[in-house]
Amino acid sequence: MKLKTILATDCGSTTTKAILIELVENEYRLTYRGEAPTTVEAPFEDVTRGVLNAVMEIEELSNRKIINEDKIISPSKNDNGVDIYISTSSAGGGLQMMVAGVVKTMSGESAERAALGAGSIVMDIIASNDGRLPHEKIKRIRELRPDMILLSGGIDGGTVSHVVELAEILAAANPQPRLGQDYKLPVIYAGNKDAKDKIENTLGEKVDLDLVENIRPVLEQENLEPSRDKIHDLFMEHVMQQAPGYKKLMSWTDAPIMPTPGAVGSLIEMIAEKENITVVGVDIGGATTDIFSVFQGKFNRTVSANLGMSYSICNVLAESGLDNVLRWVPFDIDRKELTNRIGNKMIRPTTVPQSLEELFIEQSIAREALRLSFKQHKEFAVGLKGIQKERTISDAFDQTTSGESLVNMMDLDLLVGSGGVLSHAPRREQSAKMLIDAFMPEGITQLAVDSIFMMPQLGVLAHVDKKEFSEDARKAALEVFHKDCLIRLGTCITPIGKAKPGEVILNVVLTLSDGTIKEKELISGEIVRLEAPYEPIQAVLKPSKNMDIGDGKGQEIETNIFGGTVGLIFDGRDRPITIPTNQEERLKSIRSWSEALNEYPKN
Amino acid sequence: MAHAYTPGLKVLQHSKVKKERRLPIKGEVHKNIGDMVDADEIVAETKLPGNVHMLKVANRLNIAPGDINDVLSINEGDSVKKGELIAETQGLFGFFKTSLQSPISGTIESISDVTGQIVIRERPLPVEVDAYVSGRVSDIIKDEGVTVESDAAYVQGIFGIGGEARGDLEIVSGSRDSELTIEDIKESHSGKIIVGGSFIGIDAYKKALELKVRGVVVGGFNYYDLEEVLGYRLGVAITGTENLETSLVVTEGYGNIKMSERTYNLLKLHDGKFVSINGATQIRAGVIRPEIVIPLEKGEISDVIDAKERNLGMEIDSLVRVIRAPFFGKIGKVVDLPSDLKRMESETMVRVAEIKIDDENIVVPRSNLEMLQTD
Repeated sequence: MKLKTILATDCGSTTTKAILIELVENEYRLTYRGEAPTTVEAPFEDVTRGVLNAVMEIEELSNRKIINEDKIISPSKNDNGVDIYISTSSAGGGLQMMVAGVVKTMSGESAERAALGAGSIVMDIIASNDGRLPHEKIKRIRELRPDMILLSGGIDGGTVSHVVELAEILAAANPQPRLGQDYKLPVIYAGNKDAKDKIENTLGEKVDLDLVENIRPVLEQENLEPSRDKIHDLFMEHVMQQAPGYKKLMSWTDAPIMPTPGAVGSLIEMIAEKENITVVGVDIGGATTDIFSVFQGKFNRTVSANLGMSYSICNVLAESGLDNVLRWVPFDIDRKELTNRIGNKMIRPTTVPQSLEELFIEQSIAREALRLSFKQHKEFAVGLKGIQKERTISDAFDQTTSGESLVNMMDLDLLVGSGGVLSHAPRREQSAKMLIDAFMPEGITQLAVDSIFMMPQLGVLAHVDKKEFSEDARKAALEVFHKDCLIRLGTCITPIGKAKPGEVILNVVLTLSDGTIKEKELISGEIVRLEAPYEPIQAVLKPSKNMDIGDGKGQEIETNIFGGTVGLIFDGRDRPITIPTNQEERLKSIRSWSEALNEYPKN
Repeated sequence: MAHAYTPGLKVLQHSKVKKERRLPIKGEVHKNIGDMVDADEIVAETKLPGNVHMLKVANRLNIAPGDINDVLSINEGDSVKKGELIAETQGLFGFFKTSLQSPISGTIESISDVTGQIVIRERPLPVEVDAYVSGRVSDIIKDEGVTVESDAAYVQGIFGIGGEARGDLEIVSGSRDSELTIEDIKESHSGKIIVGGSFIGIDAYKKALELKVRGVVVGGFNYYDLEEVLGYRLGVAITGTENLETSLVVTEGYGNIKMSERTYNLLKLHDGKFVSINGATQIRAGVIRPEIVIPLEKGEISDVIDAKERNLGMEIDSLVRVIRAPFFGKIGKVVDLPSDLKRMESETMVRVAEIKIDDENIVVPRSNLEMLQTD
């Protein structure tokens, strides 16, 4: 049977978003969308109310009857209802986990990667070598009240006592789940297989224990999949069961409900694999910023739990420092006045910038939130630590160690932004500029934004297991991702190397689809924008002898590049971007970069 | 159609305030439905499991973990006193014995022959929950707590620090736009909840702390002064657990902002009453705002609960306040609610309201407005 209509919802902590995907002329397209406030809390305390409200908007717009007697009609009958209904959820604070491992930078980090990859927030990592005394660890575990714990440690056949010691700490803390007092806390054990019996003896009666394959069976290998899958299962079985209305919602859906970031991650992973590209995706929300990346075929996700644009906006200020925020602001402002303004945004998080001045401030903070989140991501997305490498003499000179960051900006093919401040910026040029300033791409990098943050729904769609629909569902997820989800901003081209001010660093020859040839010289320190649509443009890029555009210093590249709503952006600024400290020069630079992109209104 | 909400802080002359008083873990509830309670009365109590100490017996006695049971003189479940002998090696021909004493008083919770350590748990810690506001027990949460219902005047602030506090209310500032200064705060305010007008500076707040004033209610406070009070920069608005002598409830926002007329007048009306306040704020999903609860006496209770307690949508003639620059803090009346999206100076396209402030009509995004609930 051909899959024709798909309804997907994402129940966020404040808004529930619904999308309708239909097969139109043999192509899957997003046709309608609706949204409504999430209704997990009083007075409704039933998530399905918000879902029905959001779907009702789609009904009104599409003239298609989808709801009957407060239920979603599935499968569809006579042009009513939908073929499948799926959902993601981050309502009620999402999935909050604690992980434990013997060595913090080895099994601890692997456990953290598994938990983050499954879409959870990691509240703390308890490790044998984390420097805390046992009673401090116990106190911390008791205070945290996570939804779930992932315990790992030891390679298969290695020592048993360390991981059992961790289990004893857990048993002594006797942790209670965050939601509900009537069920045992789920604990997943993914450590040394030889310790399974002893772990069961220690923890079996106190918690709801599940045993899965070792997350780190040997030092050189990570095995995250079994733990990730188990986290998803337990999220459905335990955590979701406690949230108001979820039992009903689960009975409606045709695929398991996934945690929102878990769904986004799996979509990005799928795209990177299918198209053989490297990707960085970012979702900047009110409270947190999630970053996803795929480099060298390895997927990583980080959550910067307290870097966001409303609830956590003051934390961005606290972590980056006022000076770092102020350096992006293109006018003078009293420092105390600025902190009070930002404080007021935190306590009234739903407000929007009415004046241009407020927009400048908000977007300056966004740059810092993104920069800090990406910094954390680069530190986390590393190769496995603790591995012995065979080294040659030349390696010894390179000073390479295990645990290097996988993130290489010169290799990055696609940078995707989402979240209010990026997706809803009044001008797309602003989104592009924020992404470039914060992530500082190198070489040739395509930029895009997720128009209405559809990636969660598409992620879960790509995972529909129903036999008759699974292939169509994956096809639909990919088609909608490219045609309706992504808004292609264009390509950023940045030569890397040392150059003097005013020096020509790149010669560009472009052949457009109509045969027109454009030539351009890029000067060190400037930004140049060329308007160009999203279509392949033949480009010959010749960097000066000290500059690298991807193939080495002074090496010319011939390739196809793509424009977009913003076009081609040639960024001649150095990396990291230097902003003059002298106030007058700083304002001059910031304004000239901004004008080059037509970022803000002229006045 | 989907529902739309307009944020607004409650300022209510008479409301049925319901407070859930819950234990952190299950325990014993002391009250029944219908019981009248005072604010300080204990309604439920429990015992939190005591702290645990882990003792590496095998390491300390230099034996293999598997041999731990041969040296222990105690079993799981036994009570031990601090200094009591709990393990001893056999030594050599009865000499050179090594022994180990319990570092604390408590109960032996577990003995592990894998790690060679034992877990000793201290005695349980009693935890009590009081009623917080005077009123009637309207519901029992089995083994966990009660719900206390109170006929009260109720005021929400926008932001606060410090936890629950109680005391007599005293209006200190003469008007809602005057600053609460260091000179205004006197020794006689110790143990009280004092009300200022537009603002309190860091020095005046420090004096309140020093004099053990139980709470301060004021229009505005400086964000950057919070660091000095808390000892850290407040990054996320989740407060209430700070160990402060003086809880602070800010009714309007950061900066010097005169207290809304209605809030000030309502508090003034109850000058001298015994009130409960809580600075706890959580601005996330499940928002918690700081509050002032003023239980009413019998003669003050009207039959009609505040009509506008329900969360009403914005309509023509609604009284609203602007909650973001450039018109921050101004109060006006809604004159038009156009349905089309409008372009702002920032070029953001938003739903707007046209409001009249001091005979001038201005256009403001609806999400930058807050309803002022009036009687």
